[in-house]
Amino acid sequence: MAILVVAEHDNASVKGATLNTVTAAAKIGGDIHVLVAGAGCGAAAQAAAQIAGVAKVIAVDDAAYANQLPENMSKLIAGLAGGYSHVLAPATANGKNFLPRVAALLDVEQISEIQEVVSADTFKRPIYAGNAIATVQSSDKVKVITVRPTGFDAAAATGGSAAVENAGAAGDTGVAAFVGEELAKSDRPELTAAKIVVSGGRGMQNGDNFKLLYALADKLGAGVGASRAAVDAGFVPNDMQVGQTGKVVAPGLYIAVGISGAIQHLAGMKDSKVIVAINKDEEAPIFQVADYGLVADLFAAVPELTGKV
Amino acid sequence: MKVLVAIKRVVDYNVKVRVKPDQSGVDLANVKMAMNPFCEIAVEEAVRLKEKGVVSEIIVVTVGKKEAQEQLRTALALGADRAVLVETDVDAQPLAIAKALKAIADKEGAKLVITGKQAIDGDNNQTGQMLAALMGASQGTFASKVEVAGDSVKVTREIDGGLQTVDLKLPAIVTTDLRLNEPRYASLPNIMKAKKKPLDTVTPADLGVDFAPRTRTLKVEPPAERKAGIKVKTVDELVDKLKNEAKVI
Repeated sequence: MAILVVAEHDNASVKGATLNTVTAAAKIGGDIHVLVAGAGCGAAAQAAAQIAGVAKVIAVDDAAYANQLPENMSKLIAGLAGGYSHVLAPATANGKNFLPRVAALLDVEQISEIQEVVSADTFKRPIYAGNAIATVQSSDKVKVITVRPTGFDAAAATGGSAAVENAGAAGDTGVAAFVGEELAKSDRPELTAAKIVVSGGRGMQNGDNFKLLYALADKLGAGVGASRAAVDAGFVPNDMQVGQTGKVVAPGLYIAVGISGAIQHLAGMKDSKVIVAINKDEEAPIFQVADYGLVADLFAAVPELTGKV
Repeated sequence: MKVLVAIKRVVDYNVKVRVKPDQSGVDLANVKMAMNPFCEIAVEEAVRLKEKGVVSEIIVVTVGKKEAQEQLRTALALGADRAVLVETDVDAQPLAIAKALKAIADKEGAKLVITGKQAIDGDNNQTGQMLAALMGASQGTFASKVEVAGDSVKVTREIDGGLQTVDLKLPAIVTTDLRLNEPRYASLPNIMKAKKKPLDTVTPADLGVDFAPRTRTLKVEPPAERKAGIKVKTVDELVDKLKNEAKVI
């Protein structure tokens, strides 16, 4: 049987989370087909065809998928799912939005945010904000699964030469309309793809002080994140939140600045390879997971660090 | 307009859960239980819509054991008008819960359903989306702003790159994110009043829904422990370690 991977893309290119999802599909085993549904998405479909290990790309280019609204996406994917043993999507805001809808249309349960493939029907996934790992087995005919990107290495973005097949649209349900988007503009690497992440917490005191972190991040080529406390306090926008209910990251180096280390934050970053914590409170729980802890005033330590890296 | 709010009884978010030694699950004996935080936000949003005169009646519903009545009473104290418990001892899975909610939404003629984006026990993040699919309705997940106007609702959603706004025809399902509102506390007089508000109990069979699980949990383990490393004394020492020991910069 074949596996359908729903690509995360912006019409022009395929997002990194798709590559991790392809690796998860390869671990399950079977021909891997990638669905690229969008509007003017030819370039993304061509990019998907280059991914190593992909056998076929199904491109659906239609105005109904311009913003990948879940009402239309789920109808399309459920219609295609019949020929597949598994349907996978990255556990991004987008994938989490449309994939449960696909599962319900197919009358199957979804398995959310797998971080390991045990066998074709058995998977490991975090529960209780990552405080426990459940091994679950599905008895459904089609396994509908979201994949936590940090659990799997990225497949090579080039080296493949899959055929691109165009498929027809499934129509617009007409019940939902896209109004607009406010996307953060940044030249820094995307959080979930960055090799180094610098994050700030409540200890930053205000949004203006985050410029200390931006300076450090720019020196290191890093992405910038934040704890829920910093986002809730209005220091920075929601898309910077790292944690169980925000973004889950696993960079090579994670530098936590003025972050106490609440369970919910740790769930979003504890798979990072090396963790550095800078906090003036030596009792802060973040030090229990940090490889290198520096008990210091961040307002002195961060500029000094920026000057020395 | 009637609004249905679906809530869940979960382990209180302050509790650090422990995995049972036999790996059969998480130890819930004598653990403090509470309403799922995202569901509290859902109740609050419904109450605010009622205060604005957009909503005429708030029906709060949950699927679970008899004890889940406590969380329904909490929702009633916060401003819901009446409650329905779909009583089951089965650890119900999202699709079954969505089917039960659909049966109740249909029966009540609810135009808007608000629920939390995920429960902090199973972390599934599925039920609202599944309910929308079953109802053939629109969905506004991870909502940070909800504005009802006529027969549609405008929802601002928290997405990976920032915020997205969609316009949804009613009926619609909204799932709440953290920054939609700050839930109020129930006052003592309202807690007393809530005891007299109607609370009906139905069974999955009454609703014609099969709760037999499709996904089996084989085992539950604690996550891999991360050991604390070392404390460095100076920024110079930190830079040296990152360059020469960890080799990450």
